[in-house]
Amino acid sequence: MTIKIAQLSCGTEYSSVQYEIDKAARSVGAKIVYPDVSASEIDEAVRRFGFTPRSNQLKLMIARAVRLADGKYDADAVFITTCFRCAEGALVRNELRRFIQENTRLPVVTYSFTERLKASQLLTRMEALVTIVTRKELLARERQTGITVGLDSGSSTTKAVVMENNKIIGKDWTPSGDVVKSATTVLENALKMAGVEMKQVEAIGTTGYGRFTLGEHFGAKLVQEELTVNSKGAVWLADRQRGEATIIDIGGMDNKAITVRDGVPDNFTMGGICAGASGRFLEMTSRRLKIEVTELGKLADQGNWRNAKMNSYCSVFGIQDLVTTLGEGKRFEDVAAAACHSVAEQVYEQQLQEIDVRRPIIQVGGTSLISGLVTAVGEVLGERPIVPPDSQYIGAVGGALLSSGML
Amino acid sequence: MKIFIDPPNSLVLFDLVERFGHEPLSAMAAIQERVDNIEIDMPPMNVTLDDVVKGLKYAGVEVPSGVRGRLAVWGPMIEEAEAAIVMDECPYSFGCVGCERSNLMVKYLLKRRGIPVLHVDYPEDDAQATDLVARIKEFLEGLQ
Repeated sequence: MTIKIAQLSCGTEYSSVQYEIDKAARSVGAKIVYPDVSASEIDEAVRRFGFTPRSNQLKLMIARAVRLADGKYDADAVFITTCFRCAEGALVRNELRRFIQENTRLPVVTYSFTERLKASQLLTRMEALVTIVTRKELLARERQTGITVGLDSGSSTTKAVVMENNKIIGKDWTPSGDVVKSATTVLENALKMAGVEMKQVEAIGTTGYGRFTLGEHFGAKLVQEELTVNSKGAVWLADRQRGEATIIDIGGMDNKAITVRDGVPDNFTMGGICAGASGRFLEMTSRRLKIEVTELGKLADQGNWRNAKMNSYCSVFGIQDLVTTLGEGKRFEDVAAAACHSVAEQVYEQQLQEIDVRRPIIQVGGTSLISGLVTAVGEVLGERPIVPPDSQYIGAVGGALLSSGML
Repeated sequence: MKIFIDPPNSLVLFDLVERFGHEPLSAMAAIQERVDNIEIDMPPMNVTLDDVVKGLKYAGVEVPSGVRGRLAVWGPMIEEAEAAIVMDECPYSFGCVGCERSNLMVKYLLKRRGIPVLHVDYPEDDAQATDLVARIKEFLEGLQ
């Protein structure tokens, strides 16, 4: 079965990126399709949508979206993309995303591209779209059964979880080094904690950047991208498997914001080319303050970010701000709070605009253990996020939970 | 009723709305509030960095700051409005028509609200002006 991803776009064919988009889709067993519209339908579609862009290709995008909304074109998922830095394109892109979500149940992802776009950058997003379509039954799974293992090979840390009959019985993490060696270490420790031998394990699920390598090495039954796996892990850990939620995962290298309905993502953004908006910046800050990153959160909770403003969009300039504020004799507590606030604000400005935040907000990933960052995210969003227990193990828990569905 | 006018600083539309017994929601009021009551100094409009960040509610960070700054001022009024009057095809000397992206977004946000909206064209002569006033009067009197 080939999954049809409807592309609604402006500018791809003149930006030398259409080939890369097609390639990314093909590599996950999907095909890019374009909803047919006749020229005579475009004006009416634009009128109905209510936003009248000057660019005719954006008008065509709108007409294609209306075809999908009316059920006149058959597609399984939607990919909406426009040129980076086109204001009109950005406005249409976001509102079309909302329109598709309001009028269809199709999973949708948005993206703004530059001429440097490569298929690999889209791979996880395309894979997630395909997973949501092809593994609906698996993603609906709410209970883990048997003895299964989840391995999450992240950019900063590698995690393993052993689960038995819907309970976590073993877990471990380590900073990521060699993909297989790191995973082997945490797996052995998690099995030891669980009192389980490898031969008793009925299924393994892998996720994260090293998922393919680990999947092959350990003979995993499930090898799946982190957007859908983390979502399942997050709603399981937070006991919010039904209804709507927003999952925020500020990672070491990239950030994810995912909206879910009954635990299944229907919209997500991934970002974080800039280290200034990721956990990496907090690591750099703690090094400069000569404290462990685990202490940064508590320190930040005792400070006031307003006393040490840091609002650079880049980690290099962010560290310059940090050095300057410390040079001015600001309190470490205030500087730590400012660093947390800066990351939260940038995640909000750069990513959370691409989705409609739904309550409750569940914050997960290793950085969710930095309480000052959770406080900052809560301040920026107007509601303190839920941080479930074992929130750093979402990927591994999701892997163990979903792989039990492959038994 | 609260009537949003577009262009948001049109004195003509402001006057007509008030004359026919409704409350105009205009840029003049929002800007005056900032200039008179808020202890900030960001002349000439007192639109601050915080406003531009608040504009993210209406448009993403990739959208230029001028659009977000405008929407930060006009957006809350659109949310508050119970009806709207939009003047299409305005000449550049009529009200704030400086940013076409913002203008497009205002019209879109009004449509999303689903409130009654009267679209009128800028009049070219006296007869059209008389007709314009009559249409606005009829629209405003018909609002419950």
